[in-house]
Amino acid sequence: MLLKEGQVRIPSGCAITGIFSKAGTRISGSKILKSISVMRERSNGLGGGFAGYGIYPEYKDLYALHIFYEGNEAKEEVERFINSHFDVINLSRIPTRKHPHITDAPLIWRYFVAPLVSKLDESQLDEKEYVARCTMNINVKIEGAYVVSCGKNMGVFKGVGFPEHIGEFYRIEDYSGYCWTAHGRYPTNTPGWWGGAHPFGLLDYTVVHNGEISSYDANRRFMEMYGYKCTLLTDTEVITYIIDFLNRRHGISLTDIASVMAAPFWKEIDAMTEADKAKFTALRNVYSSLLITGPFSILLGFEGGMMALNDRLKLRSMVAAQKNDLVLIASEECAIRAICPEVDKIWSLKGGEPFIVTLAGGMN
Amino acid sequence: MEINDIVPQYEVRRNERSCSKCRVCELQCANEVHKYDAQAGVMTADDSKCVNCHRCYALCPVKALKIRKYGHEFRENANWTGQVITEIYKQSNSGSVLLSSMGNPQGCPIYWDKLLINASQVTNPSIDPLREPMETRVFLGAKPAKLEFDEDGNLKTRLAPQLAINVPVLFSAMSYGSISRNAHESLARAAEELGTLYNTGEGGLHEDFYKYGKSTIVQVASGRFGVHPDYLIAGAAIEIKIGQGAKPGIGGHLPGEKIGEDVSRTRMIPEGSDAISPAPHHDIYSIEDLRQLVYSLKEATNYKKPIIVKVAAVHNIAAIASGIARSGADIIAIDGFRGGTGAAPTRIRDNVGIPIELALAAVDQRLRDEGIRNQVSLIIAGSVRNSADIVKAIALGADAVYIGTAALIAMGCHLCRSCHLGRCNWGIATQRKDLVKRLDPDVGYKRLVNLIHAWDHEIKEMLGGMGINAIESLKGNRLMLCGLGLNEKELEILGVRHAGE
Repeated sequence: MLLKEGQVRIPSGCAITGIFSKAGTRISGSKILKSISVMRERSNGLGGGFAGYGIYPEYKDLYALHIFYEGNEAKEEVERFINSHFDVINLSRIPTRKHPHITDAPLIWRYFVAPLVSKLDESQLDEKEYVARCTMNINVKIEGAYVVSCGKNMGVFKGVGFPEHIGEFYRIEDYSGYCWTAHGRYPTNTPGWWGGAHPFGLLDYTVVHNGEISSYDANRRFMEMYGYKCTLLTDTEVITYIIDFLNRRHGISLTDIASVMAAPFWKEIDAMTEADKAKFTALRNVYSSLLITGPFSILLGFEGGMMALNDRLKLRSMVAAQKNDLVLIASEECAIRAICPEVDKIWSLKGGEPFIVTLAGGMN
Repeated sequence: MEINDIVPQYEVRRNERSCSKCRVCELQCANEVHKYDAQAGVMTADDSKCVNCHRCYALCPVKALKIRKYGHEFRENANWTGQVITEIYKQSNSGSVLLSSMGNPQGCPIYWDKLLINASQVTNPSIDPLREPMETRVFLGAKPAKLEFDEDGNLKTRLAPQLAINVPVLFSAMSYGSISRNAHESLARAAEELGTLYNTGEGGLHEDFYKYGKSTIVQVASGRFGVHPDYLIAGAAIEIKIGQGAKPGIGGHLPGEKIGEDVSRTRMIPEGSDAISPAPHHDIYSIEDLRQLVYSLKEATNYKKPIIVKVAAVHNIAAIASGIARSGADIIAIDGFRGGTGAAPTRIRDNVGIPIELALAAVDQRLRDEGIRNQVSLIIAGSVRNSADIVKAIALGADAVYIGTAALIAMGCHLCRSCHLGRCNWGIATQRKDLVKRLDPDVGYKRLVNLIHAWDHEIKEMLGGMGINAIESLKGNRLMLCGLGLNEKELEILGVRHAGE
């Protein structure tokens, strides 16, 4: 029997692209769709997806849950769970259009929710932790249901197919936001279901990633000590959890997180000033199991910002460009030129050095 | 007439035509196998005394010697083998416990050999260690739950003391007394040059070797031999020895004839007296007592030294390790049942304990299930034979490994398993001055450095093949291993899939 993603680990090659408006100008989803579609060679029709930020301004203070269901039974069970843990302000099917190349789509629903105050108090957790745990509960415990994204004023749209078809299917052009990332996937074998597509999201973090990390099981087994359940066995999932763990739970800055995931070499650390040496040695030592080796290029979306990071040997291509208040980052330059032929500046990102862009308004 | 039914194990074959009667073999053999018969003008040999240590063969200038199995056969019997019968003869002669040296030689499963290592193909690149940085530095010690930084981004958290080692290999505990001064000096100097550590064992630290303190782990065992304040602060870390893989549940015994002037002073016991370390620490009858000893040692050294607790791999090792992790230990060392020894009761060595591979896998998983794996480091021992064993150990979840037997072999040991006789012809497991001087520390240390350099290079090659360029990304990375010829239960305990799965 063919195993589904999550029962088996599937290596993939990929295309990634992202666009960010520092001024917070809302960009149409059609832009990112155009950008990802020119990198068709890097996908093989077995996965594509988009993450948009600032797309739900009318519900910006509510958590937007995007959920896949394999059937009505799972949906009923999840809705019972949601109703007992959240106030549901709005729910609907996510609008899609019929598409000749997109088949076997699950039921795709969206809920705008706020945690039930009494439940939240009882849990003794902060709000984000509460939402994260509820999400993981659904993903682990309820068969046939999968929470695709659960952040505020953002959402993930993904599925099995070429990314441009997935975008058309989801009517991605109907959404606009200050930040978009997109992913086209080239898995070695069929993922079997839509949950395996990317971006992967937890709270407001989403990750698109190109590469195959060699540290995977070291990373996974460390993260599972802290309540994260790796149900998909993909790099992207564990990378998202690492970022959530270090940034949200340990309060470590994204720049320093880059020094954990793509740590400076000891030779570089040994040459630093005493204070820096102590800091970077401690980061590498204490979080040694979160070092990521092997090729990766990731685009992290988060509330108010975007970060790009390459592995420290730069084993995957990633190019960045600037045009006025726009920042564009992609696996290939063509994906940038396709939507922004004239740029002010274009450069190749260096291995292990994070590039972070945030809203000029100062959100971080 | 008394019947001698103990069959010699080995036979000395001498090519009479080549033999020049130079008598080097006679001079070299502390077991007094070779003799010159002046009347007949020939060399003779007493086979019954030969332990097959290769010393005579190695030094024979004309290579006239060959040591063979004796070849005297008992009637074939799969159950009552010649060895079983001979041991009964010996015990009914002497009324004594059988003694053995070095690790269990029985054919118990060696799980290292049933684990295979992964490599990158197509989907991600392998990395060439000759062209790209490849890092094998390891930190051993307790890690804080999280790191905190001030507003300027400077580190606020103060870490518990850490041991930084350049290779994930340390030399395991072998006491001065069980091995020679020159062997200790070789280990200490090699550790210093390699940027790793050696371990004093339970026999104290010779005054001449305090200068290697930064490369030394000082051990505190149940006999407390040679333990005093200067000793405790002399090393980089302190190891509490609870047990040893070769003899779990019992103490040690160094016979009085090995306690000469120097050993006596180092151990702080009278010359010529037997050094007997009790089976348990008599101040540790329970896990909470261990905590008290751990903190006593931390207090005594101002919390500047990591405390290692070394235990033998026994049935309930996962729970024991979890208890140790919660008792303030910075590092846990686990010694498997194939681990070496200078002397152990044969029955205990060959029957008590469990293989280190299974113990390691179980402990690493249990500590993770409890969410405390990052609180402690894990060193494993008994037995690690080569760089592939090290790679497999780290992928199963170890931070680093101890090597004992391999280090002795590098210094010239030929694994004749006769350490307990104290007549080591290679100058390692002996205190006889004429024998000790056969081991030149300049040579011994260099050979140890060579060995670890060679292994480090091989580890880097294997890491690169897996597409990994830092050893920490291998730690606990069990997807990099698969089993071959293992049953479901073994795979489940090891936490690996079967080859082809």
